[in-house]
Amino acid sequence: MKVRIHVSLKPGVLDPQGRAVHHSLEGLGFKGIEDVRVGRLIELEVADSTSDADLDRMCRQLLANMVIENYRIEKPESVA
Amino acid sequence: MSFRSAVVTFPGSNCDRDLAVALEKVSGTPALRVWHGDAELPEKLDFIALPGGFSYGDYLRSGAMAARSPIMQAVAQAAGRGVPVLGICNGFQVLTESGLLPGALMRNANQHFICRTVRLSVENSQSLFTAGYEAGQALHVPVAHHDGNYFADEDTLDRLEGEGRVAFRYAETVNGSRRDIAGILNEAGNVLGMMPHPERAIEREHGSTDGRALFESAIRGLVEA
Repeated sequence: MKVRIHVSLKPGVLDPQGRAVHHSLEGLGFKGIEDVRVGRLIELEVADSTSDADLDRMCRQLLANMVIENYRIEKPESVA
Repeated sequence: MSFRSAVVTFPGSNCDRDLAVALEKVSGTPALRVWHGDAELPEKLDFIALPGGFSYGDYLRSGAMAARSPIMQAVAQAAGRGVPVLGICNGFQVLTESGLLPGALMRNANQHFICRTVRLSVENSQSLFTAGYEAGQALHVPVAHHDGNYFADEDTLDRLEGEGRVAFRYAETVNGSRRDIAGILNEAGNVLGMMPHPERAIEREHGSTDGRALFESAIRGLVEA
């Protein structure tokens, strides 16, 4: 199955990259942008038997840095 | 005197030779070289150094892959036994990623790669690594990094400050680090991570010799111990 891991900066952690993208969008003339946060999408192809606990451990041990990032696991049934 | 130090090389390390040269110049003994895939460190090491560079191409996050390489388990065990570990630049990122030091190193606040000599202030002159400096002493040491913006939550920062674990602070605006932190110690004081490069400031020709005392302090402290 294909699993998507969405990694994003925790609220309150400054995102200089997001801020630069924000300025760029405004520079292109887009209005009404309140905030931009840049994250990361990791797609895993894993055995169907892979447990949620294992996916959780993969995120905590490597894919996300829990000091500054949150993660969300998106599994096939939740992929529209 | 015998001083057994080891420099770990990861794929993409590029300051490993400079660090080995600095250790040899100051101690008089060549540093041993260790590869990231080695499962064990040489025996009876007095000192372990993790160099700067771009280990694993900075994939995922700077230092993230190196922190999970086989040799880092051995480094963590040695650090737990009290062996001094110095991580410089990417080495500092590896130490935070491996959990040997708290916090994280994020993209510089201005998004730029910063490569210049900066002013530092010595915050703790009591540690193994900094005993050769005076508290508050101003140093000139080069930095060269993209991800040197130190982040930790307020509680962690307060604890670091309260326990005297901020070893060096920037004395000018550099990269957006919380509380201008440039280098920190672990709780036991035997692990130091810092973004500036002391190994690039040990000879007159470098333009500054302010980094030399760090190696001298550590070597003197260990040999006399």
